[in-house]
Amino acid sequence: MKLPTLRETATEARLVLIGIPVLLWTMIPIYHMFLFAISPKEDAFSGKMWPEHPTLHNFEIVFRQQHYFLRDFWVQFANSTLIAASVGALTLAIATAAAFAISRLRVPGGRVVLNLALFTYFIPAAFLAVPMYRTMGNYGLLNTNWSLILAMVTIASPYAIWVLKQASDKLPVELDEAAIMDGATSLQIFRLVYVPLMMPSLVAIGTYAVLLAWNEYLYAFLLLSNDRDITLPVALGNFLSADDSPWELLMTTGFIYALPPAAIYYAFRRYMVGGLTAGAVKS
Amino acid sequence: MAITLSASDLPSTPRAPLLSTPQVWGIVLVAPYVLVFLAFVVYPIGYGFYLARQPASYVALYHDPIFARAAFNTLIFLVIGINLKMLVALFLSGFFVQSRSWIKWLSVIFILPWAVPSIPTILSVRFMLNPEWGMVNQIIFKLTGDDGPNWLNDPAVALAMAIGVHIWKSLPFWTLILMTGRLAISQDLFEAADVDGASWWQKFRFITWPSMKALYLTCTLLSMIWTLGDFNSVYLLTGGGPADLTHVLSTLGIRYLRLDQLNLAMASIVCAMPLVLPLVYFMMKRLSR
Repeated sequence: MKLPTLRETATEARLVLIGIPVLLWTMIPIYHMFLFAISPKEDAFSGKMWPEHPTLHNFEIVFRQQHYFLRDFWVQFANSTLIAASVGALTLAIATAAAFAISRLRVPGGRVVLNLALFTYFIPAAFLAVPMYRTMGNYGLLNTNWSLILAMVTIASPYAIWVLKQASDKLPVELDEAAIMDGATSLQIFRLVYVPLMMPSLVAIGTYAVLLAWNEYLYAFLLLSNDRDITLPVALGNFLSADDSPWELLMTTGFIYALPPAAIYYAFRRYMVGGLTAGAVKS
Repeated sequence: MAITLSASDLPSTPRAPLLSTPQVWGIVLVAPYVLVFLAFVVYPIGYGFYLARQPASYVALYHDPIFARAAFNTLIFLVIGINLKMLVALFLSGFFVQSRSWIKWLSVIFILPWAVPSIPTILSVRFMLNPEWGMVNQIIFKLTGDDGPNWLNDPAVALAMAIGVHIWKSLPFWTLILMTGRLAISQDLFEAADVDGASWWQKFRFITWPSMKALYLTCTLLSMIWTLGDFNSVYLLTGGGPADLTHVLSTLGIRYLRLDQLNLAMASIVCAMPLVLPLVYFMMKRLSR
């Protein structure tokens, strides 16, 4: 076995010296949340690095809705799930159809639609939130699931269309031509050629839209207000309304809320990294 | 020519349709997005400008010290926060492209802040900074015997903490993007530089930076646009406090909305347009080629 040279050891040491702060920086807020979730109240507030009596009791309280702030936990969980799934499905449907029409069917005005979508993508979401709130009021949709679903579809689809259009442009034109020679209609090309070939990008975009909707706080907090209509992040924000908030329960709920998106992200990471970073920034 | 003439001579012959069948389908398929765009982008923006039309709103904004403070905070957030973040991301992208198995594992963990929702983690930081019960001050007390500072009660420190939370959340994403830029550089260039005995800095200065410059600039501008819309970092950490001194433009609009001052909310957003539109224009030019 060859011993590492001094120079190699110095390089390794330098890498480790960067790696450790990076690890700590990344993990501390998440570990702190986890620590609270497994600590009884008195341990949580004592500033210990590990609780004396780790417990899953907090999770039991959350799942059984045994606290004032948690009385609608499961309804809110269901709202979050329903809204995220609907946003994912609707965004995929709208964006795939639009990208197919613009890229493959060369619909007149497609370029304009694409630029308008790109423009929407660059409007900071918090700035659109104020007029969106009034718009939903005018449409009579405030405090319904539809208001949040439609708002999130509006925010998610521009990027979705743009990424899918970039990906469709890479599919060879000969495929469509061959299908047309065989007498395929546009819809058959869409169903039998386009969608199967676009699967990896579609998975990435679907995941993107689902996560965006699940994680959204601002729009959810503006558009929904009844305790049984709101989504989980809004419920988490509502914990802050009391001075003596049960922080260990807040962190437990937050931990439960953070798990599904993290799991989805890691499950589809392969698609996410390939599909999204490719389109995210074109240099 | 002859065919055209005979076609126009005989009106009974069916004319070629204005649009081919695929184009008709194209219009049908693009229609849902166009409808969403009209109903939820064009209408709200038009309505927003309509609400912001009175000059009186702008006079009121001008006299509101919170507005000036929020505009100033937004600039600090963008100019200092984003540049700091992008520099660190540039540095860390160089770290994460090193081929070591432990660095590969670390990069999987490193992406966590981006993968988890921001609300619970921001609230977690908020409690860590609690002056009495938070972990940070308890550690300071154990180490020094003194009480730590009241972190979120000093506007400058509170804003710095909000910037820190923002960086924590979005650093992994930009590091990942810049990594793809670094990986696209041909390894041959570095090998040639090694043969010539180039230093670490020379390699960065003459190989890495020239090929990453455009990407870095695009990322910085894109990050600035998105950060203008970053509501969560400030709202959930400081709530705009103490004394409304840490608001940024995105939280200020919502504050006015909550106070039922819709005109001011829209006017404050219109005031941000001189900052937003050049960035958007530049990004559109870059991306829609």
